[in-house]
Amino acid sequence: MIPIYTRRRMINALHLTFSILAMIFGLFWLFWILLVLIGKGLDGISVALFTEMTPAPGNTGGLLNAIIGSLMMVILATLIGTPVGILAGTYLAEFGQHGWLASVTRFINDILLSAPSIVIGLFVYTVYVARVGHFSGWAGALALSMIVIPVVVRTTEDMLRLIPDSLREAAAALGAPPWKVVTLVTWRASEVGILTGVLLAIARISGETAPLLFTALNNQFWTMDMNQPMANLPVVIFQFAMSPYESWQELAWAGALLITLSVLGLNIIARFFLRKNKLST
Amino acid sequence: MRNQQILFYSKLLGSHEHPQVTEEVSEFKATMNINQAKRTDAKVIINDLNFYYGRHHALKSVSMNILEKKITAFIGPSGCGKSTLLRTLNRMYQLYPSQVARGEIMVDGANILDKKHDINMLRAKMGMVFQKPTPFPMSIFDNVIFGVKLYESLNRSESMERVEWALRKAALWEEVKDKLNQSGMSLSGGQQQRLCIARTIAVKPEVVLLDEPTSALDPISTAHIEELIFQLKQDYTIVIVTHNMQQAARVSDFTAYMYLGKLVEFGETDTIFTTPSEKATEDYITGKFG
Repeated sequence: MIPIYTRRRMINALHLTFSILAMIFGLFWLFWILLVLIGKGLDGISVALFTEMTPAPGNTGGLLNAIIGSLMMVILATLIGTPVGILAGTYLAEFGQHGWLASVTRFINDILLSAPSIVIGLFVYTVYVARVGHFSGWAGALALSMIVIPVVVRTTEDMLRLIPDSLREAAAALGAPPWKVVTLVTWRASEVGILTGVLLAIARISGETAPLLFTALNNQFWTMDMNQPMANLPVVIFQFAMSPYESWQELAWAGALLITLSVLGLNIIARFFLRKNKLST
Repeated sequence: MRNQQILFYSKLLGSHEHPQVTEEVSEFKATMNINQAKRTDAKVIINDLNFYYGRHHALKSVSMNILEKKITAFIGPSGCGKSTLLRTLNRMYQLYPSQVARGEIMVDGANILDKKHDINMLRAKMGMVFQKPTPFPMSIFDNVIFGVKLYESLNRSESMERVEWALRKAALWEEVKDKLNQSGMSLSGGQQQRLCIARTIAVKPEVVLLDEPTSALDPISTAHIEELIFQLKQDYTIVIVTHNMQQAARVSDFTAYMYLGKLVEFGETDTIFTTPSEKATEDYITGKFG
């Protein structure tokens, strides 16, 4: 008969071993992906990458138009999606606890949150691209913003729910009307969390390919006109990686590394803010 | 004499019966009311107030007068309705749609339970301090000026004056005068609670409602705040809810003992604590029950 304490220690050790093995298994692939990406992508990183346009097959060139196109669409999508997401999340957390509207909205938002992004691309294609008759940067930004919204709605609501009711009561007790309670107190108390949600949403859309494939498509040339088809990193990577030309493939690797590094950077920034938040409360 | 003896023995033997609110109580209340309604210094007149949390009937026909520039304490066991009663006085309950109050609360001649009564003006007039300190996530200065900015437009120097005045009133000025730009969250629990009192006073309310303001604090901070409450009496009508009987005895002029949503006994604190007319009150105060 093993004493109960020894048995518990054994079970504990067993669980710990399996957990560590599972972690190693997960990290192994992640690091492998990163290593391959850095190994293959680093060769392509050069000044030309940031100064030249995407080349014709067989020629050398850079990704400037794709980088600019991605930046413009991601920024625009964030500018559209963030206010809508924050306001909707605020409604869910602060005003809609008691009606049916909030629970329906929350349910639909959860579905949107996990909807395959290609569905969103097809949706924007049907309601916008097909009607206008051509692909455009506007359509791309619109599709991306529809991915931003549910993420921001969810994080905003979660962060606002963390604020204790006593803080709202304290503000209301001073005679503050509800909109002032929200804008001056609860938003301020949760601003770091909400900002983190926005950053995570940006990280998410900067790598999305499917919604852009049907909306912004691609453009081999320089354009800042949002009404034209627009070059963007994910679609360029997709197209170049599938091609038989070596110079294109190298650019695809470099582009993939670029996106990964910027998403990594955004995540680190988000974590940094979150940590600062935890320390201050 | 004989009554005293019976009282003594009943104390000795202990009573396991729950205190019953008898007919006499309501009669007593009735007389209290009639007597006090005639007094012109009643700031708040509560008349036949009933309160519901959904289906739960939390306050049962409460009537009492709260006198101006006096300290009124609500005591009673947990769940007796004392905090609920306090929260009807600034209609705090209205944040939660399932909570309903019926009856009449007259403040300066107007029924504040009337839907037409402006709720934000009411709350500016009836300041409230909560059980747990609730500093806003902003600087000490901004915390104090928060409520003021809602209703007055002051310039920089006037704001500064007001903040200093409120912090001095709350006996916090000396401790924070060099760090007004620091976050209100950085203060200790006792300081935070005094900051909340300063924030409430800064609005210049007429009534200050205190909901167990010292229950989360250590004895020294508690002493600070009790002293403060006592000083505030000169300018404000104060209502305090407390679990601590000694606190009620120390600071208040009037005490209301509540049980199961009913006002069992209400009168001058000295009377309530020395010769309560209700057996139930006496049991609670002497620690036999509750």
